[in-house]
Amino acid sequence: MNAAVQPAIIHFHKSGPLIALVGNPNCGKTALFNLLTGSRQKVANYAGVTVERKEGTLTGNDGKPLRVLDLPGAYSLHPRSPDERVTTDVLFGRAKGERQPDLVVCVVDATNLRRTLRLVLAVKRTGLPCVVALNMADVAEQRGVRIDADALARELGLPVVKTVAVKSGGDAALRLLLDGVKQRSAGATVSAPDTSIASIEGDHKTVQEILVRLGLDGVVPHTASDRIDHIVLHPVWGTLLLLTTLFLMFQAVFAWATVPMDAIKEATAWTGQLVTSAMPDIWLRSLLVDGIIAGIGGVIVFLPQILILFFFILILEETGYLPRAAFLLDRLMGSVGLSGRSFIPLLSSFACAIPGIMAARTIANPRDRLVTIMIAPMMTCSARLPVYALLIGAFIPSQQVAGWFELQGLVLFGLYLAGIAGAMGVAWILKRFTSAGRLARPLMMELPNYHWPTVRSVAIGLWQRVEIFMRRVGGIILILTIALWFLASFPGPPEGATGAPIEYSIAGMIGRWLSVIFSPIGFNWQICIALVPGMAAREVAVSSLGTVYALSATGTDTAAALSPLIAKTWSMATAFSLLAWYVFAPQCLSTLATVKRETGGWKMPLLMAGYLFALAYAASFVTYRVALMLGAG
Amino acid sequence: MNSAVRRLSDIPLNEMHVVSAVSVPEHAQEWRQWLEEIGFIPGEQVMVTARGMLGGDPLVVHVGASTFALRLAEAGCVQVTAAPATGARQVA
Repeated sequence: MNAAVQPAIIHFHKSGPLIALVGNPNCGKTALFNLLTGSRQKVANYAGVTVERKEGTLTGNDGKPLRVLDLPGAYSLHPRSPDERVTTDVLFGRAKGERQPDLVVCVVDATNLRRTLRLVLAVKRTGLPCVVALNMADVAEQRGVRIDADALARELGLPVVKTVAVKSGGDAALRLLLDGVKQRSAGATVSAPDTSIASIEGDHKTVQEILVRLGLDGVVPHTASDRIDHIVLHPVWGTLLLLTTLFLMFQAVFAWATVPMDAIKEATAWTGQLVTSAMPDIWLRSLLVDGIIAGIGGVIVFLPQILILFFFILILEETGYLPRAAFLLDRLMGSVGLSGRSFIPLLSSFACAIPGIMAARTIANPRDRLVTIMIAPMMTCSARLPVYALLIGAFIPSQQVAGWFELQGLVLFGLYLAGIAGAMGVAWILKRFTSAGRLARPLMMELPNYHWPTVRSVAIGLWQRVEIFMRRVGGIILILTIALWFLASFPGPPEGATGAPIEYSIAGMIGRWLSVIFSPIGFNWQICIALVPGMAAREVAVSSLGTVYALSATGTDTAAALSPLIAKTWSMATAFSLLAWYVFAPQCLSTLATVKRETGGWKMPLLMAGYLFALAYAASFVTYRVALMLGAG
Repeated sequence: MNSAVRRLSDIPLNEMHVVSAVSVPEHAQEWRQWLEEIGFIPGEQVMVTARGMLGGDPLVVHVGASTFALRLAEAGCVQVTAAPATGARQVA
């Protein structure tokens, strides 16, 4: 027997019956998945592609576990995005490392049968055992649509049950149906797929005929959602509402996060001191305190901001507002060759590029997704703020401009704008000078009906984000942190050395070499040394400068002690050049590691690092030279 | 006058129309299937309910029981005629 037609036995799979949920986007499929499996979910990627794979476990009424796979939403089995391709491949048994499901649950939106039933017909033709979950049955009934599930089952030739994914117990009928599912024995083939040519119009006609016979062919009037959209999609009011929402979101990210962030910083410092006092002064202590504890603390400190940001994004996503925001911004983003969907990932990147790059998964078009990932690090993340604050505080006088504005604030605002302008410029160049960029790409984005977000879905979504972030901290970021500590600590200073120990380390040597490259843009060797450990996280550069200048102060005191020192020893041109550097430079290995994970290879992160370094160097060079000409040397 | 074929991108806001055909440009053959999949099938009722602020792009379109945002380029592929005044539905 040929292995190609027996994919189920090539790979090792966990045993137990496998159920796959299939449905149109926005039919409430994931909510139903959350209701069926609760918190017993595992999020990973499908083999070879960066499409999120969600599997959960459901305990049947007979106490036996069932594996449930939440397949990406699809409008048909003719894939148009990597996500939809996964769904099709799994159903036809072509997906790498996936077993063909033992039962398919087709989730359909009871308020929109005319579109969603077409997918049921297509799934039925695959020959896989199949049941239909008539989801949002409660909403349909509120709108006066009474669906006779038994009559529909007779028409389709498939079992049909009503479900309400947003109510606990709303899956009871479906659970009863799942009880009898058995794992297909190895080697058993599914019934032969129906290969007769099916056209969309043909299926549409079949669905229409069924709906006419069931008395369900009337178009359900758009009700509450329409009234809300009247304001939300209004050119003026809608835009104002969007700006207000974004403003409040940002306020919350920065204001609410202060207390937990301070607590994490204190906990990090406290843990460091505890270890310092408990251990003799050997290299292991330095590794633990300066390397691992400080390094991980420096990354976890962003967790509160990431949580708050994702809390808002999940709420906006659950309610159905996100595609509306994308609609309002589509034209603006379209002018640089992106679509409205790129907006949220870029917005998230203002807190930290890592969640932003993770959020780019919501962009269906692979090219748009890649461009969004590539420009995300130029959004001013909060890790740049300590560096900006140090330099602005040291070099920009605190004075009023035009009687209204604080000069220091204006400079900070200018740095944010420079990042945005850089990102838009790069996107525009990619649109103008690549063949894929000039190609017209359609939007065709569904605006689903508004829903109240459910606590369950938001909580599960938030927990999954935290898990992904923490797993990364535990893995790649920990390794990088240790590597950088090693570079900054070895070899130790020779006998009778007068400078800071870091000067004699590998990082110090690298810094000295770098100063040859960086002297044309005005960086002295102290800055160059600080840039090396600053690769762990941007703000680490501040404490590294403190180390280089042999300051004994720690933590927040470093900046206060550094400020007058660098104001005296650096030229204004050097300071501006370093600011320009930080706007563009890929000074964050965690971001590059995330890009590697999301794009599935080293090509994109290397390309990103290369072009951002070039851009940063050019920006710093111009800034430095112009500043020198203006007499800021 | 009512039966004149127009493009979805050209019809006024909040006027019910019926899809008569989908014709896509040479360079974007796959759009036909995509548009049909989301409901732009001859006989289906459509209505434009909102337009973007800059240049009226993109559009918000009700099609059947769904709502989609389309850019002018895609909307231009959908040919429509005014819906019969009686409101009677045409089943394809």
